[in-house]
Amino acid sequence: MGELIAFVVLGAIAVAAGIAVVVVRNPVHSALFLVVNFFCLAVLFLVLSAEFVAALQVLVYAGAIMVLFLFVIMLLNVAGVFESQRDPLRSQRGLAVCLGLGLLAEVLAIAVSGAARLPSGGGTLPQDFGSPTLVGLLLYSQYVFPFEAVSVLLLIAMVGVVVLTKRSV
Amino acid sequence: MVPTAHYVILSALLFTTGVVGVLVRRNPIIMFMSIELMLNSANLAFVAFARHLRSLDGQVFVFIVMAVAAAEVAVGLAIIVAIFRTRATIDVDELNVMKW
Repeated sequence: MGELIAFVVLGAIAVAAGIAVVVVRNPVHSALFLVVNFFCLAVLFLVLSAEFVAALQVLVYAGAIMVLFLFVIMLLNVAGVFESQRDPLRSQRGLAVCLGLGLLAEVLAIAVSGAARLPSGGGTLPQDFGSPTLVGLLLYSQYVFPFEAVSVLLLIAMVGVVVLTKRSV
Repeated sequence: MVPTAHYVILSALLFTTGVVGVLVRRNPIIMFMSIELMLNSANLAFVAFARHLRSLDGQVFVFIVMAVAAAEVAVGLAIIVAIFRTRATIDVDELNVMKW
């Protein structure tokens, strides 16, 4: 029962914040609504007994990535960041919302029809499911190659960002 | 215990919000934020299925998705800053030539 209340409240806040990200005009407000969304999802991860992922969500998303967003929004002065009022393709907006609703209907249909075919979970949840110890063990044993590939990816991204933003010499 | 299907439906709602955001907005920074919304909704589905199947593999995938998202945001924002330097605008409707 407690989980259901948490799910409904946090899910409602997350969806509302997500819609606010898209609707609000000021990019700084969008970024702050995105932080709300990330925190709601972090608590939902805790409810789903994914403690390690919840901590990562707060540290990496709400911490690092959102600071990067806010930094860039403020670096490009606000006047340049606001969208031009003149939209040459205004008719596309309604179409975009219609297509989005169509996509939602499709995904919901798949989710509802697939829920019946979902294999039932095995047994009770272990006490330390989702703890940093277990996820770390999995990362360093079975998934060590993707883990190292991610480190190379981050290195490449870092070098790429430096190359992209440095002024030509 | 809330059924996994409910989490998948919430994930679908958040994903659709992200898709509509990318389609409707003309500010690349907000389009990026919408992409983050989509990645996060995928993470929610991963974690929900991980609990459903009592397997931690899904949580490892979330870890990798987060690392890819961080790299993607860093490179994307660097591109936006570079475009703003040369064109003094970042409205995607104004950016219609590949080479300047």
